[in-house]
Amino acid sequence: MKKFLAVLHARNMEFLRDRSALAWNLAMPFLLVFGLAFTFSGSSKDIYKIGIVGGMEKLHNVAPALQSTQHLQFIPYDDLQAAINKVKHHQMDMLIDVGSSPKYWVNSSSPNGYLLERIVWGTAGNSFERQIVDGAEIRYVDWFLPGILGMNMMFACLFGVGFVIVRYRKNGFLKRLKATPLGAFQFLLAQLVSRLLLIMLITTIVYTGCNLFIEFNMQGSYWTLLLVTALGAMCMISIGLLIAAHTASEELAGGILNIVTWPMMLLSGAWFSLEGAQVWVQKLSLIFPLTHMISAARAIMNEGATLGQVMPHIWVLGMLSAIFIAIGAYVFKWE
Amino acid sequence: MSPIITATALVKQYPGVRAVDGIDLAIPQGICFGLLGPNGAGKTTTIEMLEGIHPPTSGTVLYKGEPLGSRYREEVGIQFQHTALQEFLTVRETLELFERLYQKTLPIPEIIELCSLTDILERDTRKISGGQRQRLLLALALINDPDLIFLDEPTTGLDPQARRNFWDLVKLVKSRNKTIVLTTHYMEEAYALCDEIAIMDKGRIVSQGTPMQLLSDHFGDVILQIPGVDAGDKLAGCELSAVEAGDMLEIRTKRLHHTLQQLMERGVNLDRLRIRAWTLEDLFINVTGKKLAP
Repeated sequence: MKKFLAVLHARNMEFLRDRSALAWNLAMPFLLVFGLAFTFSGSSKDIYKIGIVGGMEKLHNVAPALQSTQHLQFIPYDDLQAAINKVKHHQMDMLIDVGSSPKYWVNSSSPNGYLLERIVWGTAGNSFERQIVDGAEIRYVDWFLPGILGMNMMFACLFGVGFVIVRYRKNGFLKRLKATPLGAFQFLLAQLVSRLLLIMLITTIVYTGCNLFIEFNMQGSYWTLLLVTALGAMCMISIGLLIAAHTASEELAGGILNIVTWPMMLLSGAWFSLEGAQVWVQKLSLIFPLTHMISAARAIMNEGATLGQVMPHIWVLGMLSAIFIAIGAYVFKWE
Repeated sequence: MSPIITATALVKQYPGVRAVDGIDLAIPQGICFGLLGPNGAGKTTTIEMLEGIHPPTSGTVLYKGEPLGSRYREEVGIQFQHTALQEFLTVRETLELFERLYQKTLPIPEIIELCSLTDILERDTRKISGGQRQRLLLALALINDPDLIFLDEPTTGLDPQARRNFWDLVKLVKSRNKTIVLTTHYMEEAYALCDEIAIMDKGRIVSQGTPMQLLSDHFGDVILQIPGVDAGDKLAGCELSAVEAGDMLEIRTKRLHHTLQQLMERGVNLDRLRIRAWTLEDLFINVTGKKLAP
């Protein structure tokens, strides 16, 4: 324990005293949150989202003119209640059920819903029974906040741990530690815990700081959010440890880290929703820990999801972390 | 004296290269043992197998009669040729970090005093001079009060004064009955510090013993140097074999008294005569056929 704490303390000091890296870790998420909040503060969307329950083919039979209307995006859904919740939180402008008794749902306080309703009346007449949903709008900033913070954590965890260990190996510091009684697992655990503590601290500062000005939507429990965030960070640190476990080349490590981060950045729903994407893309995104962290965080913050409701995500993050740490410790080499 | 560390038939084979080719060593407790050799001779590979950093391809290393294990890590001190430290830490914090990695340690104030680190304790380790850095690295190697200390080319790159300061430090450590295994390019350093040396070449030990013993074994004579102008043609027909070396004449002799008498009888001016003893550098070139790397 003494050895673990010694390495943990030294790594924390190294990180906190590296002012340029610390400033960057703090400044980047602040800038992204405020920048995107400012950029997307207006409702400038020119595509209206309509969820379809019951199949796109049936929509063609019931309301062909509606389906051929431009600037409308139709997104198929299987779960009616989940889709209604989307309308409730203004994440979708309208929901149409094309089942035996066709209905549509709009949010009474949604301007887009109001406009779409007129389009439906004009193209499909009275084919649908009107249903009203009430609920406050989830702003774009509330939607993308978990994505921004998650992405920042991903970079800080993967590059912050991966590059540091490769640097230690390249400059001989790991070899020096190998000459002491310190074990590989103690060393790796200290790196993991150090980065976890620091990234959680930074993320909390960024969240709290932004929240003072933007007042994010928070429907669920902060403790559940903290658990999901910590597990997500741990999972990505574990990937960083695994990548850095064997290589002594910063170039190679950088290449592998980029190969891992880019698909996660694009396909984890950090920047845009994958709801309208191909099914295989949606399934592929589930292999990324960032997808599970962001999905769970959004569900907690915007929909008030409970610990039980996000448990599948928690299991995936926990299992992936355990697998990556075990393999990383097994293949780790000091030199 | 019983050996503190022994190596038997030590071999390190890399693809296409036999870096160490069957070395046997037995290093007695309390001495400074020097491992010398040209670049690529296998010194660092040998020392890293002795340190337990790299496993040998075959052969055994025993510390106090036992295979290297966790006890060895606790009782050995190592100063590598190339090493880095945790960045953004002061000298004091670096000492504290390493102190916590061992069960038994010397008190930090004692280490600080021993290695003369008092003036730089609060300095960032990235901002200390080469000599100060080597003293710190030696302090880290000593922090667990080791019985056996490995120093791999510890003074390479230091200026002459810093090097001599470091020698004093090593002598101080040695006086505490510690065993030191030293590799160096500097024969002067080996002569000043080592009780016993082994010269390696092509992965093998080609010569081993005390410096004096090796020199007397390889060179039974001394060299007399006289300026050529002082000798003139007075040595013509003399039984002494003189060789020109630049402006000097060099005469090798095993009978110094007799040779001096002959020179005086022939009226050679001896005012500027110099007697040069053979050095480890001469020995090194003699046994390896190679000049020392800078």
